[in-house]
Amino acid sequence: MTIKHHIPDALMLEYASGRMAEPFALVVAAHVSLCDECRARLTAHEVAGGAVMEAHEGCELSGGLRDNVMAMLDDSVEDTPVYERSSIFPAPVMEALKGRPPTWKPLGRGVRQSILSHGKSGSVRLLYIPPGLEMPDHSHGGLELTLVLQGAFSDEGGRFGVGDVEVADDDVEHKPVAAKGEACICLAATDAALKFNAFIPKLFQPIFRI
Amino acid sequence: MLAVRDNRDKRAFGKLFDHFGPRLKGVAMRSGLSSGQAEDMVQDVMLTLWRKAHLFDPTRAQVSSWLYQIARNRQIDILRKENRPMPEALKAESETTEENAADTLALDQEVNALKLALAKLKPAQREMVEKAYLGELSHTDIEAETGLPLGTIKSRIRLGLEKLRHELDGIRKS
Repeated sequence: MTIKHHIPDALMLEYASGRMAEPFALVVAAHVSLCDECRARLTAHEVAGGAVMEAHEGCELSGGLRDNVMAMLDDSVEDTPVYERSSIFPAPVMEALKGRPPTWKPLGRGVRQSILSHGKSGSVRLLYIPPGLEMPDHSHGGLELTLVLQGAFSDEGGRFGVGDVEVADDDVEHKPVAAKGEACICLAATDAALKFNAFIPKLFQPIFRI
Repeated sequence: MLAVRDNRDKRAFGKLFDHFGPRLKGVAMRSGLSSGQAEDMVQDVMLTLWRKAHLFDPTRAQVSSWLYQIARNRQIDILRKENRPMPEALKAESETTEENAADTLALDQEVNALKLALAKLKPAQREMVEKAYLGELSHTDIEAETGLPLGTIKSRIRLGLEKLRHELDGIRKS
């Protein structure tokens, strides 16, 4: 797997600092799971974050805190579940799926989606696009991050294969076409509703949450 | 930190607590936590360090960068009630991989250079860097150039990852 399209640096820093909303953070975490180059870049940002924290002015702790913490060292704690990669889905995606396979809902023309989360800060979903299918023109009001997990697609921004991330900003209209061969499965995060110019009438958008 | 990881040394842990505890609190309060919330966070973060010490790898991370990451997670949880999705952990429990003292030293040297560069930043630039790393800027407000020598650190960590992948492949084959 040769990854050509990475997480831009400002987004990586926004993720490292914890500022990034959860839907996008899931795409970054999934990409880093597949891409050592970005894992190294993220770790470098965490080193810088650690240096910033270490240089930051301290604040005196209350008297009993240290003793409390020291006394808790031998407490037993419940293990939190650890999710592992399963087939094409990296661990953070499996965690979002709570370890279960995705439940796909048809969107027409063989396209399917599985919404992982949907809220004020945006939404993130898995998309299944049959091989060779041209998705309709769509634009969106904000940021969109799309990570390929299986197959490939191409659009004005180039060819995106497994592990590649496409970053689309405001008002970019694009027409992705899934590559022939395998169906294309993507993890896509948006902070606003996608606006399809054809194929799914606007009327249905609230139902499909696109 | 290695004494904490390998010997479960509580005195060594106490030293880490004394060094990082007040700084963790300072950063948490800057982000809007009350003094009580900030101390709860310090407690959680330091206990996580103790409990997950077996995952610590000095060739790929520093104690401060690890604490930074844990602290950011806790803060998101407290302030936004969200979980931050985290990348898959690399299977690198200390007993399975060899640590190379030269690699650890090399990373430490790069990090010292970074700390020096941070201290030498002009006040406005330093303020920008602090804001970015403490979660006060969105990606559209983050400047491409932070003025910090992160490239060398990235390359160093990248090399460490390649070695680790190689070792993991070896373990799988044997």
